[in-house]
Amino acid sequence: MRGIACLRHDRAGGALPTVSGRHGNTGEGHRMAAPAPILRMSGIGKQFPGVKALDRVDFRLLPGEVHALMGENGAGKSTLIKVLTGVHDIDAGEIELEGRRVAFSSPLAAQQAGISTVYQEVNLCANLSVAENIFIGREPRRFGRIQWKTMRRRAVEILSRLDLDLDVSAPLASYSLAIQQMVAIARAVDIDAKVLILDEPTSSLDADEVAQLFRVMRRLKEQGIAILFVSHFLDQIYEISDRMTILRNGALVGEYRTSELSQVELVGKMIGRELADLEKLEARPSALEAAPLVEAEQLGRSGAIEPFTLTIHEGEVVGLAGLLGSGRTEIARLLFGADHAGTGSLKIGGEQVNLRTPRSAVSRNLAFCSENRRAEGLIPDLTVRENIILALQAVRGWTRPIPRRKQDELVDKYITALNIRPANPEQLVRNLSGGNQQKVLLARWLILEPRLLILDEPTRGIDVGAKAEIQRLVAELSDGGMAVLFISAELEEVLRLSHKVGVLRDRRLVAELDNDEGLTTDALTETIASGARS
Amino acid sequence: MNRILKHRLFWPVVVLVALLLLNLVFTDGFFRIQMKEGHLYGSLIDIFRFGAPLILVATGMTLVIATSGIDLSVGSVVAIAGALACMQISDLSDQNSVTGVLSAVGIALVLSVVLGLWNGFLVAGIGIQPIIATLILMVAGRGLAQLITDGQITTVQSSSYKLIGGGYWLTLPFGIIIVAVVLALTAFLTRRLALGLLIESVGGNAEASRLAGISARGVLIMVYAFCGLCAGIAGLMISSNVSSADGNNAGLWIELDAILAVVIGGTPLSGGRFSLSGTVLGALIIQTLTTTIYSIGVPPETTLLFKALVVTIVCLIQSPAFRSKVFHRRRRPVAASAAPEEKVRVSA
Repeated sequence: MRGIACLRHDRAGGALPTVSGRHGNTGEGHRMAAPAPILRMSGIGKQFPGVKALDRVDFRLLPGEVHALMGENGAGKSTLIKVLTGVHDIDAGEIELEGRRVAFSSPLAAQQAGISTVYQEVNLCANLSVAENIFIGREPRRFGRIQWKTMRRRAVEILSRLDLDLDVSAPLASYSLAIQQMVAIARAVDIDAKVLILDEPTSSLDADEVAQLFRVMRRLKEQGIAILFVSHFLDQIYEISDRMTILRNGALVGEYRTSELSQVELVGKMIGRELADLEKLEARPSALEAAPLVEAEQLGRSGAIEPFTLTIHEGEVVGLAGLLGSGRTEIARLLFGADHAGTGSLKIGGEQVNLRTPRSAVSRNLAFCSENRRAEGLIPDLTVRENIILALQAVRGWTRPIPRRKQDELVDKYITALNIRPANPEQLVRNLSGGNQQKVLLARWLILEPRLLILDEPTRGIDVGAKAEIQRLVAELSDGGMAVLFISAELEEVLRLSHKVGVLRDRRLVAELDNDEGLTTDALTETIASGARS
Repeated sequence: MNRILKHRLFWPVVVLVALLLLNLVFTDGFFRIQMKEGHLYGSLIDIFRFGAPLILVATGMTLVIATSGIDLSVGSVVAIAGALACMQISDLSDQNSVTGVLSAVGIALVLSVVLGLWNGFLVAGIGIQPIIATLILMVAGRGLAQLITDGQITTVQSSSYKLIGGGYWLTLPFGIIIVAVVLALTAFLTRRLALGLLIESVGGNAEASRLAGISARGVLIMVYAFCGLCAGIAGLMISSNVSSADGNNAGLWIELDAILAVVIGGTPLSGGRFSLSGTVLGALIIQTLTTTIYSIGVPPETTLLFKALVVTIVCLIQSPAFRSKVFHRRRRPVAASAAPEEKVRVSA
């Protein structure tokens, strides 16, 4: 009975020949015996207003494999996934699941056919309980009544398979983003899935949680489930995936075995250039005799961050390293006035200040790009132009509008400078890919020419090309005299950019290390792990 | 053609035109506008004139809804403003004294703004959900209005006060001129100045707006105060038109008509983008509908049902989700029947 209303099974006109299946298992050793693909997408095309998102893309998934979908932001990864899961219609091409041609009219129809998805940003209801979130839309019922006890019991079972021990009656919001992500995966896994799509599942997980996720993924793989995996962490791709498909600008670059493609080759194919820009950034000069810009003295907020003392000089990049939840973001929020400091004092440019709101921080020329683009950064229904001028307009107040000519000038300048695509200022920001949204957010603050730019995970969930662009930008800004507080989970990145690194552990700033030749990621990792004061 | 079809005001205009055409068929001289004693008369003028209070209230409501809020108290503010003004005027020794009437109007409008500020304080200062926060004044405000008028219907004999809702200026009903001025002012504040951008930003994502340095609280309080002011002006207009204040019935259910006008005009209840011209169209549709019900002689006991039906249809037509569903279903059989035709042509 399932899915009759929304799922259309059409018999393909003629049986399409399968390329590598059926005749493949003729004794060439089990590595080469490719079984028939469980999923085959061919010639997929999708057009959005002004954007050709997918152009004749082929894609196939074999049962029991982890398949990485690779590409820059805007390459079409998310669109391909949305087309597959029935979020969008396709304009051209066809999709076959287990040899039958299918077209899903909704994510629910795709789910009922066995394609489950965990999206990049957690898409659960934070105000419902953990158990409700796992069973939402398919609650165990008897005589139409929800069986709460059964639901809770089964939720505990499902979570224990992921080695998670949670209070399933507690609201989801009471758990960290990482745990919420795991609940989303638990939900997807429990649905009788043949294909599991994980879109950036690891971007908010720390190393242990990633390892935990990979354990679960391997177990699912053994059960013959095909896993489509999207991640920007190359190391993770190489650790977990069997094969990969690379997209660029909405077109297929190719399908490869992970073991047969080196990381350098992969990056080259993704960005269409042979050299990896990441290596081109010069070592940062560390000697600085600039004036102190921000001086935090025993600044703290109970329950968020222990009192810390930190000085940021003009033109200095200060990195913050630490695990998820170690207090990195909390420091940023205190310095920006997003939260009130309970203790300590703060001087900006030598002047004692009490930042009560972000507004007072912005008027003192501080800027803050939140790690949570969707909830704390962008206004999705406004255009790129409006999002970019928003902070400047807020500083000027509503009685002094920015003349339209001036707006266009500023916006065009930053669309070009940051390479925002599509380069259409009147496009709604919600239609942009993650990396381009991040650039819009950056542009909003850069037009203010701030004295201190706080970047919280600016490169999370964005591709190598955009990452390199943002890193280069940070270096340039700091050379121009801007102070930057740079927060990132990637230690290499922190090391590459920072003059000085603050290390956080358990909501405490445990060390402040000068970034000279002696400092390595290993040393940082050790400080994070041991919490030693230097 | 496609661009016209996709314009967000296309469907409201279609509905308004359809209603007017209905009147063309059923009502004699509906489109006739006459000049009598230097004043313009006619059904179309009446729609504007009687619709003026609704347009005003809906204008304020548009901005509140754009911040993803709602103001249920506007009907009560209408009653309070009218009651206060009438009480002041009835206490005057000379009810026609211009300064006396002006001060009464001024006091009533100041109180309306204060009531709006109260709503804004509850919503932005304390953080109560808008529907609950304004429900307080919606209920309490009726009581306040009756307290002001002592539970009586207060009547005044003031030609100066009568001008606001019943008078004429430059051949036009004075109310239409007030509406035009308020609309022009609102359009100026929101679209020429940057208030509109800030309102849409706060409505789209309040926390992100705060972190971008916008005083979300200030914007909210200002918007609720403005909505109170608009309701106050509408209250004066309504009470002036009948030269009396009825604390019980003045502006009753006008909040619902105003919300409806905003929604018909294409501003989503979830906040964000708003359209002032859409709201004006929405209010005109509602007023035209009321006029039509009387003019084509719908039996009185079925008027509410009739209105509900039309409003339901209007809302469905306005909904892109509904349209795509209906047109999607229809398109398929059409495509199927087109195919054989083509074959015939090929064989011929």
